Amino acid sequence: MIGIEHYLTVAAALFVIGIFGLFLNRKNIIILLMSIELILLSVNINFVAFSSFLGDLVGQVFTLFVLTVAAAEAAIGLAILVCFFRNRGTIDVEDVNVMKG
Amino acid sequence: MISSDLSIILPEIALAIFAMVALIVAVYTAKDKLAPMLTWLTAAVFVILAFWIGTGSDSTRVAFEGAFVDDGFARFAKVTILLSAAAVLVMSLDYLEKRDLLRFEYPLLIALAAVGMMVMVSAGDLMALYMGLELQSLSLYVVASLRRDSAKSTEAGLKYFVLGALSSGLLLYGASLTYGFAGTTLFAGIIEAAGNEPSLGLIFGLVFLISGFAFKVSAAPFHMWTPDVYEGSPTPVTAFFATAPKVAAMALFARVVHDAFGGNVGDWQQIVAFLAVVSMFLGAIAAIGQTNIKRLMAYSSIAHMGFALMGLAAGTAFGVQAMLIYMAIYVTMNIGTFAFILSMERDGRPVTDIASLKMYSRSEPLKALAMLVLLFSLAGVPPMVGFFGKFYVLRAAYDAGLAWLAIAGVVASVIGAFYYLRIVYFMYFGETEEPLDGQMSPALWAALMVSAAVMVFGVVNLFGIEPLAAAAAETLVN
Repeated sequence: MIGIEHYLTVAAALFVIGIFGLFLNRKNIIILLMSIELILLSVNINFVAFSSFLGDLVGQVFTLFVLTVAAAEAAIGLAILVCFFRNRGTIDVEDVNVMKG
Repeated sequence: MISSDLSIILPEIALAIFAMVALIVAVYTAKDKLAPMLTWLTAAVFVILAFWIGTGSDSTRVAFEGAFVDDGFARFAKVTILLSAAAVLVMSLDYLEKRDLLRFEYPLLIALAAVGMMVMVSAGDLMALYMGLELQSLSLYVVASLRRDSAKSTEAGLKYFVLGALSSGLLLYGASLTYGFAGTTLFAGIIEAAGNEPSLGLIFGLVFLISGFAFKVSAAPFHMWTPDVYEGSPTPVTAFFATAPKVAAMALFARVVHDAFGGNVGDWQQIVAFLAVVSMFLGAIAAIGQTNIKRLMAYSSIAHMGFALMGLAAGTAFGVQAMLIYMAIYVTMNIGTFAFILSMERDGRPVTDIASLKMYSRSEPLKALAMLVLLFSLAGVPPMVGFFGKFYVLRAAYDAGLAWLAIAGVVASVIGAFYYLRIVYFMYFGETEEPLDGQMSPALWAALMVSAAVMVFGVVNLFGIEPLAAAAAETLVN
């Protein structure tokens, strides 16, 4: 029998993978965008699992909002990335270093 | 009733419709030629809305079954946000026009960010909170990379985007845990479900939510984006980042910890106090080695957020009042300081090097004096208004039994005074190298002088914001 704890475990694992993807990734900014998407989707799994467990629709409505915002966020992220690429000619994470910090 | 709900969020709807209509009109007509007019118009709309909200009803009204709360606290924050956004818009005109950056999207993105901030401070539900926060953040990511042919500006936008998205992810994960363990996303329901003994899941949710907010207010240890974003963004955008979004994020922080977790002060007090101490010390110490005034202002804002969080850490109505007063004073000081930074130029190019201010007082005694007042106020030197802001938060922390926090605050503000006084030292002493030669536009001059005058004459009664902030704090905490 698959219970809510299984869904929460999967979501937590995806969330942690996403966070690690952001911090350990040394290659490509596209991978950062994928990691962000992974974090948001793990949250969606959480919401849908809780929604079904509680028998309450609010969680699924929240999921739809998150999906929409995630799409807008990816669009803006890619637009900024294109501008960055035009200026620098690279999208390596190691090259995001004009300013220290 | 849907019509009464709509009448409560009418200011937000009006501003959103204004932004969208203006966007369409500008796209189909003269585009960037309309930009100066649109900037003035947006600033005027901000001021009118601030007046409307400020003089409107003084009762607490709830719309959409609790998802949107219009109370005194939200109105205080909204008026501060709108007025500071209007001031920054007017100040940015001259700078952006000179550098061919004044696109018509700029005022409209600021207007959309303002809608997001207004929804944030009025949120009564995790969904409204998230939507407001994202509307604000997405607009700000775009304005950070406004100068799209500059490597620095796009890099600032990229860094802000990646770390901002991470903070939204943390916040959302917290929201999902809170929803799961409270069974509702309404703050009114969460406070009931949490009671006095919240479940472990709710505590986890709270911690994730607070880390998300700490990112947005740039409190240490979640501050790493701030210096780079402040340095890379065009200066008017930096001025905006340092004012309105900080007020909105801080108000949202206060709203969630009091409205949704008001019964568990002991659980979040220690986290907020920790954030406050780390921010104050990091802001004070890391700013010492900075030579770029925009980076210095970034560390200064981290330190100031630490002080504002100290008021919040008290967990009392007086603490929230102190936080609101602190934020109002902080915003006023920053508007004046950035008016000065916007006018720093040599041969028509913007300069942000602190050393270029050497012997500034000889060529521009009045402006140097105004800047001296502002810097003393930022440092919290007693006769200025900035001191009273610090005094309120220190007293709030002390009254709440956090004497160690108040002592740490005093020590941090003494350390922090060093780098403000270093700028004053450069302006009045030191060797002249290449003097600045920029002329100040009337709007910048007025902003600098008014802000400096407020810092001096405000000591009489703080212009009456004290009872207003007290009333606003009462509506939130009780």
